[in-house]
Amino acid sequence: MKHLVPEFDSMRRRYPAEATSSLVLPCLRRIQEDRGYVADEDIAELTAYLGVPRIQIEEVLAHYTQFRRKPIGLWHLQACRNLSCSMRGAERVIDHLCHKLGVQPGQTTADGRYTLSTVECLGSCGTAPVVMLNDAYLENMDATKLDALIAGLPT
Amino acid sequence: MTGRKVIMNFPVTATSHSLADYRARGGYQTLAKVLREMRPEQVTKEVVASGILGHGGAAFPAGRKWGVIKLNDEQPHYLCANADEGEPGTFKDRWILENAPHLLLESMLISAYALQVHHAFVYIRGEFDLPYRRLAAAVEEAYDGGYFGKALVGSDFACDIVIYRGAGSYVCGEASALITSIEGKKGYPRNRPPRLTVRGLYQRPTVINNVETLANVTAIVAQGGQAFRQIGTAKSPGTQLVSISGHVQRPGVYELEYGTPLAAFIEEDCGGVLGGGQLKCIVPGGISTKVLTAAEITTVTYDHASLTAAGSGVGSGGMVVIAEGTCMVRLLQILLRFYHHESCGQCTPCREGMGWMHRIIDRIVAGQGRPEDIEQLARISRANDGTTICGMGDAAGYATLGILAKYRDEFEYFIQHRRSKFDGRLEVEGPEAAHA
Repeated sequence: MKHLVPEFDSMRRRYPAEATSSLVLPCLRRIQEDRGYVADEDIAELTAYLGVPRIQIEEVLAHYTQFRRKPIGLWHLQACRNLSCSMRGAERVIDHLCHKLGVQPGQTTADGRYTLSTVECLGSCGTAPVVMLNDAYLENMDATKLDALIAGLPT
Repeated sequence: MTGRKVIMNFPVTATSHSLADYRARGGYQTLAKVLREMRPEQVTKEVVASGILGHGGAAFPAGRKWGVIKLNDEQPHYLCANADEGEPGTFKDRWILENAPHLLLESMLISAYALQVHHAFVYIRGEFDLPYRRLAAAVEEAYDGGYFGKALVGSDFACDIVIYRGAGSYVCGEASALITSIEGKKGYPRNRPPRLTVRGLYQRPTVINNVETLANVTAIVAQGGQAFRQIGTAKSPGTQLVSISGHVQRPGVYELEYGTPLAAFIEEDCGGVLGGGQLKCIVPGGISTKVLTAAEITTVTYDHASLTAAGSGVGSGGMVVIAEGTCMVRLLQILLRFYHHESCGQCTPCREGMGWMHRIIDRIVAGQGRPEDIEQLARISRANDGTTICGMGDAAGYATLGILAKYRDEFEYFIQHRRSKFDGRLEVEGPEAAHA
């Protein structure tokens, strides 16, 4: 993470002086964007940079579902399985993705290309069912639309 | 049919979220007037006079929360907008973040001035992508326009703002967990007292308001609290952004003046039940509010008093329409799986209770239900009530008790016949709606 320190320093400018500890989440997010996951050495370096207890960073990584300690596939498909999405076809969408990719939720395809996850409410119930593709929301999804989207992803 | 508008009162275009368009609509003029002509305590007085209730779910009077802050106590104060919109069925704050980010920012600056806050935060859920990008772009526009930083709009008031992104945790929408999260820790709720307005973020007096609550502040101050109070009902002043989804013809975000007839709203404004089906029940305000049957809502108006009298609540404004033919056992299974997944694990009754309830409902759906399971679900729901630091365990119980009270026969049928009375159906339309 050392190459990100200048970014972290500039990020601090708008925070209150007493709020160093607040930087744990934004720094981890940036590290994960950069590396794809958070590695052991990142934890050690962030502990040193912020001067917070190591356990605080470990707990944050365990508590929040978006943080990862291991690499995942190039394309991360996260299908919402909560109420409104399930009422509009999410279960069929998830079944379709499992079948198409040959993996269960939580798994990555053998070629390292796709990771499939199920997630709880994404706050997009009016355009259910919703699947996230990396950072983007794909709304009003069905099997046909997903097939077309997946076929169009760069190789 | 939906009444007067406070928030959604402009046409959404490709540029309506920009600073230029917001200014053309009169944006930031209220802030300039406040900084020029009003003292901080006068601003709070208007918010108190407006009678506005919190729009995040708890409906606590915003003015009363603000009134706790002592302006001259010689320590920093903090303001946080709660944009951790995660209550299933709720997607209304997202409308503001995407379409009216400057309305939120102007309102937050006015609020920051009233509360003498020099560092404001927007805590936005980590999954939100477009809402974050829109808000982040608006913050930079506002800094460039001289609305944040030192000496804003030529006054001697200074305020910075940070958009703080969550990272996937439902419980962080609870105010004290939100603060713990902004402190860079796992999102554990805190015991109160002390109230967050006394010891909040970094042990400083902190006001946390829902995005929509804050977004109303500009209108409240511009027209005066008393004038704002003329909108809505006597006990529910103003409007509510309602996000409606599920088995409904026209899902989306609608602004409802409090007091609007509920059944007519669903039937006429939202086009009624998907595919012309019959209404079974609704979740009125996020899944943690009790379901109301079609018969129960015929005379209900959309406001706190009426929904409370009907046995439920406005909650977070997240309405889910459920059609006849939907299996309520499988519906409850989805809710209990969610609560179990999101329990932060701090309090034993929630950590263990959510797991027990999830396992019981899974057992029923697998055709292994026992006759005593219904009573067990009710017993755990009741036992959790009021025994945990935050309200999540209670909320799971309310949702469960509401469904059990009104659809007990479906649970009895499932346990006795080892299958759903309605084919396990959650969808009512589509080629394979009855697949389950």
